[in-house]
Amino acid sequence: MSLDDVYREVVMDHYQNPRHHGHLEHPTLTVGLHNPSCGDELHLDVLVDEDGIVRDAAFEGQGCSISMAAASMFIDRVRGKKLEEARRIAESFKDLLRRREADRSLLGDLEALEGVSRFPARVKCATLVMNAFEQAIDRIEEGGDHK
Amino acid sequence: MNPVALRSEFPLLRRYENGKRLCYVDSAATSQKPQVVLDAVRRYYVEDNANVHRGVYDLAARATQDYEDARAEVAGLVHAEPEEIVFTRGTTESLNLLALSYGGQALGPGTNVVTSPAEHHSNLLPWQQVALRRGAELRFVELDEAGQVTPDAVAAVVDGGTRVVALAHVSNVMGTVTDVGAIAAIAHRAGAILAVDGAQSVPHMPMDVRQLGIDFLAFSGHKMCGPTGIGALYGRRELLAGMSPVYYGGEMIEEVTLTSATFKEAPWRFEGGTPNIAGAVGMGAAARFLQEVGLSEIHRHETELANAAADGLRRIEGVTVYGPEGHRESGVVTFNIDGVHAHDVATALDQHGVCVRAGHHCCQPLMRRLGAASTARASFYLYNDAEDVRQLLAAVQATKEFFRRVAG
Repeated sequence: MSLDDVYREVVMDHYQNPRHHGHLEHPTLTVGLHNPSCGDELHLDVLVDEDGIVRDAAFEGQGCSISMAAASMFIDRVRGKKLEEARRIAESFKDLLRRREADRSLLGDLEALEGVSRFPARVKCATLVMNAFEQAIDRIEEGGDHK
Repeated sequence: MNPVALRSEFPLLRRYENGKRLCYVDSAATSQKPQVVLDAVRRYYVEDNANVHRGVYDLAARATQDYEDARAEVAGLVHAEPEEIVFTRGTTESLNLLALSYGGQALGPGTNVVTSPAEHHSNLLPWQQVALRRGAELRFVELDEAGQVTPDAVAAVVDGGTRVVALAHVSNVMGTVTDVGAIAAIAHRAGAILAVDGAQSVPHMPMDVRQLGIDFLAFSGHKMCGPTGIGALYGRRELLAGMSPVYYGGEMIEEVTLTSATFKEAPWRFEGGTPNIAGAVGMGAAARFLQEVGLSEIHRHETELANAAADGLRRIEGVTVYGPEGHRESGVVTFNIDGVHAHDVATALDQHGVCVRAGHHCCQPLMRRLGAASTARASFYLYNDAEDVRQLLAAVQATKEFFRRVAG
């Protein structure tokens, strides 16, 4: 297992040139997550329309290349998707990191993070954005009222 | 002191990690354990295990003797009397016990606790919370430009309302050493006591609580070559005698009725329930071990390594070293590779067999001041040697080059 398997070009590209970085003007919901063990911080804005489609999302935060690249890649992947599909993407990604059978067709660039599964201490970095996203859509679905 | 011979006394250091010689430079987080400590714990369980302070049979007397001998060894390490040492689970419990008991009695409206923004969370939160509950004020010393707590800065905020000055002796982030002797004098002139977080100092340098005028000193077994789950609170005899217990239960009582109780003398009144006897035995063995090697020698050795590491890291272009420009007085070196997050650095160094800490080091307020959300920290101890410095520097160099390559 070498570092090259984790820090792949596409990962470093998302880290250095993050997509969807910043804030949305009118998010449906904002979730702030903090990983107290390492100090990583992530703020995620999500905009979901009445049809349950993720219209847009944006993130801002402080963290390692893996957590920030994962946020950029994940948002790229779920924009325009229905909520249940977005959930399946999140689940598949977690399966990949836990080295279980994963539906790779859903993952796009996220598949490049597979190498992280070999570094158990860093899996939580990659899943930070997923946890924030799941919290956000849980609350949106629970609340029904957007906000 | 022969570091090569010392290293061989620590069984875990013979291991290889990721196929590489293990370069363990995270001793500020926890230390490795020498064979003598492992043997002492095992010997206790194999030969002397029984409950303490209650059995009438010989075995129980031996267990009690082992436990109290360990207290004397630990007391000797800091030049205290055995009755001034309370066994706890570690520095965190020591500081909480102190804040709850002494703080609970001494603090109230119109009084204040003086501490610094550079404290480990375990020396901030107990005081923060007890001050909130007691309606007392929590005051912060202004750090100097190097992030250090100076006696002048302490004198500037201490006043007649100050009851407690609570500071770390050595910063776990920067490795800077605070002049606790001068600060003790300032605290005492104001009628306050000085409580010192010694987690990063007691394992690494000679400590004399009498000479420095320290009233309370908290430290951990696991950072001084002892087991986890054991630590100590030193308290000046008169002060401990006036403090109420925090944990009630067996072992700590004199006489109990259904509606009242009287308690043992200190330190036993603070040790409710069956204590961590084997842990204490291990900590006692560690205290003996450190004194045999010599605390001055240990301190000289590890600061030499840290200075060599800091100099070497500074020479690597693209590496930022935090802390003093000149001579370092402890074994801690904090650094970053520019443009690479500390966690990524730590993962990469691990591939070279190098174990460093990365993160906020349980000290978020100080990290915010440094303007670094996260740093890598190498911390040296008696079992490290020049080879560890070489291995660290080579690994940092390779890591920097790796990220230059993959990040274009």
